[in-house]
Amino acid sequence: MNFSESLFIIGSNTSEQHPVFGTMLRRAIKNRGVKLIVADPRRIDMVDFATMHIRQNPGTDIALLNGLMYIIIEKGWEDKAFIEERCENFDEFKATVMQYPPQKASEITGVPVGQLYQAAEIMATTKPMAVMWAMGITQHIVGVRNVMTLANLQMLLGNMGKPGGGVNPLRGQNNVQGACDMGGLPNVYTAYQNVINDEARLKFARAWGCDEAPRTKEGLQGTSSNGLPSTVGLTVTEMMPGILTEKVRALYIMGENPVTSDPDSAHIRHCLEQIDFLVLQDIFPTETAEFADVLLPGVSFAEKTGTITNTERRVQMVNQAIPEIGQARQDWAITAGIAMKMLEGQVDQPETRFVKMDAPWAKWNYTDSSDIMSEINALTPSYTGITHSRLLKGERLQWPVPALDHPGTPILHTKGFARGKGKFMPIDHVPPPEMPDDAYPTILSTGRVLYHWHGGAMTRRAKGLMEVYPEAMVEVNQDDAVKLGLDGKKRVRVTSRRGSIEALAWVTDRVPPGMVYANFHFPESSANELTIAALDPVSKIPSFKVCAVKVEIVE
Amino acid sequence: MAINITINGKQIEAQAGQTVLQAAQQNGIEIPTLCYHKDLSPSGNCRMCVVEVKGLRFLQAACVAPIYEGMEIQTRNDKVVADRKMTLEMMLANHPQDCITCEVSGECELQDLAYEYKAQAPYWGSKGTRYPVNSDPNPFIRVDMNRCILCRRCVSACAEIQVRNVWGVAHRGFDEQIVAGAGINMLEARCESCGQCVAYCPTGALSNKMNYGAARAHQVKRVTTTCSYCGVGCNFDLLVKKDKVIGVASNANASVNGLALCVKGRYGYDYIHHPERLTAPKVRRYLVDGTVKPKGHHDVTTGQPNPWDWVESDWDTALSFVAKKLKNTRDTFGPDTIGVLTSAKCTNEENYVMNKLARQVIGTNNIDHCARL
Ligand code: SF4
Ligand code: SF4
Repeated sequence: MNFSESLFIIGSNTSEQHPVFGTMLRRAIKNRGVKLIVADPRRIDMVDFATMHIRQNPGTDIALLNGLMYIIIEKGWEDKAFIEERCENFDEFKATVMQYPPQKASEITGVPVGQLYQAAEIMATTKPMAVMWAMGITQHIVGVRNVMTLANLQMLLGNMGKPGGGVNPLRGQNNVQGACDMGGLPNVYTAYQNVINDEARLKFARAWGCDEAPRTKEGLQGTSSNGLPSTVGLTVTEMMPGILTEKVRALYIMGENPVTSDPDSAHIRHCLEQIDFLVLQDIFPTETAEFADVLLPGVSFAEKTGTITNTERRVQMVNQAIPEIGQARQDWAITAGIAMKMLEGQVDQPETRFVKMDAPWAKWNYTDSSDIMSEINALTPSYTGITHSRLLKGERLQWPVPALDHPGTPILHTKGFARGKGKFMPIDHVPPPEMPDDAYPTILSTGRVLYHWHGGAMTRRAKGLMEVYPEAMVEVNQDDAVKLGLDGKKRVRVTSRRGSIEALAWVTDRVPPGMVYANFHFPESSANELTIAALDPVSKIPSFKVCAVKVEIVE
Repeated sequence: MAINITINGKQIEAQAGQTVLQAAQQNGIEIPTLCYHKDLSPSGNCRMCVVEVKGLRFLQAACVAPIYEGMEIQTRNDKVVADRKMTLEMMLANHPQDCITCEVSGECELQDLAYEYKAQAPYWGSKGTRYPVNSDPNPFIRVDMNRCILCRRCVSACAEIQVRNVWGVAHRGFDEQIVAGAGINMLEARCESCGQCVAYCPTGALSNKMNYGAARAHQVKRVTTTCSYCGVGCNFDLLVKKDKVIGVASNANASVNGLALCVKGRYGYDYIHHPERLTAPKVRRYLVDGTVKPKGHHDVTTGQPNPWDWVESDWDTALSFVAKKLKNTRDTFGPDTIGVLTSAKCTNEENYVMNKLARQVIGTNNIDHCARL
């Protein structure tokens, strides 16, 4: 970002979601005169600092970007040398983009043609440009295609793999990056070593004391039930409905609250009511606790030592400041406790699972979290050189860190793309799964606010934050407020095909007419009672950003 | 370009474009400052950093005075020391004399300098009782403008670090005053409660409201850590007194954020000691009774013992229930009927062991977290 001449923020409410990063952007704009283009249906705070604000209709990002790329190609502004040397599949991509002349892009997106030209010109003339995006891009049924379209734009402009350029996702939770890096995904072990890759599976089978043959389909009978599964597992958005078909019978949840954070809360509650056994490990009895059979008290960040990885792949220490509260236990120790009890007295028989405890990394009797880090170092190429002692000495490490004496890697892909040449992808606009109609005439979009965090379990228990932002507010445009007759009345009821909430109305031009915006920090009026569980087919990310609702006054 | 200057009789090679303060600091020569802060643009208004320059009639503010070839500087001769002492006494004339109960005693730059220069509050001073104490309703920031020395660091911090321009200077002369917006309260002036102005304030004019009265600087243990909210990954210090987190303070060595934090990171810590924290394992009564799980969920309180009641348990019992149940499910219905949700809020080490439990012990790839949400 220090080298960017312009910034393009799309689908990121940076100053509220990543506040300190937002101030860094503001500083770049103020001190270095960097140009900012914001593309967002809402007039978010960053718009105050923007050179221009593009207000596309929700769910029309691909049409917008294709329209901009049409203009860039039409004017001959593309980086021909970069495309020639470092990219492929340009012609097929171009054919698709040519289906989006400005007039058509404007009709789909609601953005005036003149603004499209203006934006394309800024992008073409102030380089390098960095693209920043977050959930506003991914939380659509076309999330993955949205991301690819942004990559197309940056390749077209020659902004890929350059300091100050690139596509920069802003990660939500403090350790989303680390949870992915550590194999907290159904398709990969640590460092994205794929579970369907035999070599990776063998490596982990040998390390952990599992059979080398893949686990049988059911994993029940025969010695091969001791192997690692060679097929991809279920995502969280598949596990929940899986409960209803008895595909999933037991869940072990650590530090998550699906009842408020997943779409269509009523459906999630319905699923969890049917489950055989739910273990929940958390610091508070969250809304999900109601459905749990066992509650295990873990610890807050002030009570633990370990590492987390930020949005720039920077691995940093969390250090224990106070002892565990009450009988709460280190989260890793709880997991290890369950593992040890499951392995206790295990027998090598066909009808059960058996782990050979003499394998190099089969053990569970860790002494502390740095002991676990040693195991991570051994099995995770990008984390090989990341140790607690290096971090505690003040070293600043961004992965990959392939060796103990390696200084880390602040910028990725400077020479080429991970998979050789950058491939242009031809991508078409697809309308959102649920559009307004007569019964539900308004578009709902959802997200977060500065003063709260996610399901609100932490921030609703922080006194000062509650003083500034004590209850859920739904943003309603002034024109809509007049039509509704909101006149002085304060509360609205928002209803979708899935549920209904009541909340305080905030009459504001932050949202355009025909759209309302709600958050999910307050369980009693959480936007996720309304959202639709339609998923992106590839990423399985729900479409939080668009669904149809009706808005009424609460008398 | 190298430039030769002399500081306190010592020949020094410095770089063109540096100020006297920068050249001195680079050579380990200390010059006291108050309104100056390395992260903010210098204003040269407090006159604490004055030095004597040979050939110039007036003392120069080191934070803004540029160096030049052959410059001869005295940083601590009698004239300079007397001038600084007088500057401090002028400030004290207009400052409460009650360090004993001031929130920031022990970490106040004015207090430290007044002590070092043996400055006394003049008898004729106003003693700083002109403004209401705790004058702003912001829930995080305690404003006491009686303690303000008009250094304007808060103005710069808000304008240059947070880029929010909440603070400004109103009136002139004796009435000169720091105000939010046009004399409204902070939140009305669009304050984001980031606390940057507090972190940069050298005195007790701006302090943290949540831990007012909680601890003196010397009673506090500081533990550097990383924020538990968003993916920016700011570093800061947790302030701990008697095993209780009483506050958060910026840490100048923070790699991502410097002294900057946001409202959640700086002030969203009190959930740690919230009374609703889970402090012991709990299991449903039906597990203890060894009866079958009732259909649906019945989180109801009837007054009568209910199979769905929570019963506090010890760790061994709770973990045994979990292990037994997961093992039975695995061996009866297959490993893929178990799902594991790990957490984007937990550490790498904790996520790693969840991935290991799912794959090694249970034998399933059904593991995920809420990255998508
Ligand atoms: S708390 Fe932050 S936004 Fe508010 S006045 Fe201080 S620096 Fe400005
Ligand atoms: S202080 Fe704010 S910006 Fe920094 S990591 Fe925490 S939540 Fe994110």
